[in-house]
Amino acid sequence: MNTKVTIAGVEFKNPVMSASGTFGSGMEYASLVDLNKLGAVVTKGVSNIPWEGNPTPRVAEVYGGMLNAIGLQNPGVDVFIERDLSFLSKYDTNVIVNVCGKSVEDYIEAVERLNDTNADMFEINVSCPNVKEGAIAFGQKADALFNITDKIKKVSKKPIIMKLSPNVTDITEMAKAAEAAGSDAISLINTITGMKIDIERRKFVLANKTGGMSGPAIKPVAVRMVYQCANAVKIPIIGMGGIMTGEDAVEFLMAGATAVAVGAANFINPSAMIDVIDGIDNYMRKHNVSDINEIIACV
Amino acid sequence: MFYRNVDEGKVISQEEISDGIFSLWIKNEGANEAGAGQFVGVYPKDKSTLLMRPISICETDKEAGSMRLVYRVAGKGTKEFSSLKKDDTVKILANLGNGFPVDEVKGKCIVLMGGGIGIPPMLGTAKALFGEDVHSYLGYRNNDTFLSDEFLKYSKVYLASEDGSVGVKGNVLDALRASINVKPDVIMACGPMPMLRAIKKYAEENNIKAYISLEERMACGVGACLGCVCKTVKKDDHSHVNNTRICTEGPVFDATEVDI
Repeated sequence: MNTKVTIAGVEFKNPVMSASGTFGSGMEYASLVDLNKLGAVVTKGVSNIPWEGNPTPRVAEVYGGMLNAIGLQNPGVDVFIERDLSFLSKYDTNVIVNVCGKSVEDYIEAVERLNDTNADMFEINVSCPNVKEGAIAFGQKADALFNITDKIKKVSKKPIIMKLSPNVTDITEMAKAAEAAGSDAISLINTITGMKIDIERRKFVLANKTGGMSGPAIKPVAVRMVYQCANAVKIPIIGMGGIMTGEDAVEFLMAGATAVAVGAANFINPSAMIDVIDGIDNYMRKHNVSDINEIIACV
Repeated sequence: MFYRNVDEGKVISQEEISDGIFSLWIKNEGANEAGAGQFVGVYPKDKSTLLMRPISICETDKEAGSMRLVYRVAGKGTKEFSSLKKDDTVKILANLGNGFPVDEVKGKCIVLMGGGIGIPPMLGTAKALFGEDVHSYLGYRNNDTFLSDEFLKYSKVYLASEDGSVGVKGNVLDALRASINVKPDVIMACGPMPMLRAIKKYAEENNIKAYISLEERMACGVGACLGCVCKTVKKDDHSHVNNTRICTEGPVFDATEVDI
């Protein structure tokens, strides 16, 4: 039974990886999850310099999901390379580094610093809804997305994956812009902007007022967008949004994703990714699928 | 003392010890490794409530391999836990965070302070310090002084109530000020943020070492999501910004290190 998939020339032992921001750099979960079993670890967003992130409360539970407004707190690329990437180099798994920035120059600086590391690919975060400058500003207009993709592609020594926001009118326009500018793959969806109000205190629950919604409640939206993008572009897609089980992952693969990422589920079940990997195996056995690539975009 | 796993907890007993406050004893693998002031994440079974509920460990029974969680019903998750009965199972992420440094304070005059639902973790702390010079100051809203009798087994007990119905009228610091013979070398505390802020200030003014246990809305519990941070005075060694993770570097902090 073959579970290997290839994205932009990078081979993954299976199509399951962490969704950026939900798994730290793997270090935090390493005592609970065997990282060697994962298709890849996608690290929490890193920028050229340390970022403090947003005030608290940063997280809230909502029906069937959660909101977060962390604001991309990170220690900066220098510490990240020295500490987190060296930690990950001990494991037999691919490493995808999620990169964020407030300006095109920030992204380029971070990518240049990361070019000669053990990272296999870069995922470019142009879709975080929780920071005021940069990030999503590049991910909600096709021409801005084209521009930043083009500039990063020119300096990157590794394949790049543009991570798309669902908070747009037509996500296929964004997918096409990323492809046209040379992105090697796309990942979607980032979180959906939401809000929760504490009616007893008459206040916003999150200090940031709005937050990105994730969790099983957003899965149908994500599957639909993956399907739409798979029909709009030829580059591979990493699908994510509410995946809790192997069956959920199979749904994304059938919609057209070559690989999948597991996010909020890690919080609910630290071995969620292992369960998803086993669940895909079970599905393949039960349905006599000898190669996982057979079911990709099969609907 | 490092145990970290998803435990299948078996319920030994549960009772409502005060209005909306429940005492749950569970047998689980991590119980014997748990330290005073650490916490666990309890997962609701209802799939619409996804995240673990961080609950402090009230005390452990090493012989029985069990831990006691005393919590207030605050929402859907804790409401579900309140219906757990003997022999039910419950999934918990244990053990989380760094507790009170009980080994470092022995031989000193130790004041423990608990306010409201911050009282439970102080019981296990008093138990861990049994035999030392320990004074427990417990703050309540009224004369419903849950757990206070149990502190008597391990320490001297001083009560404060907001309505003055029991002990000193006011808060735990009012009660400490009223007991002129107690000169603390160290304070360990858990309770609402205004109480912790006041303790931090009091300790700094009086040159007393203080350890305070903080809480914040949490998602992962293991330091990955950066949801539950607290501002710090100096740059944090892990985050490299003035933020520290309550679930991992805390929940207990040296009060001088956090900006609350």
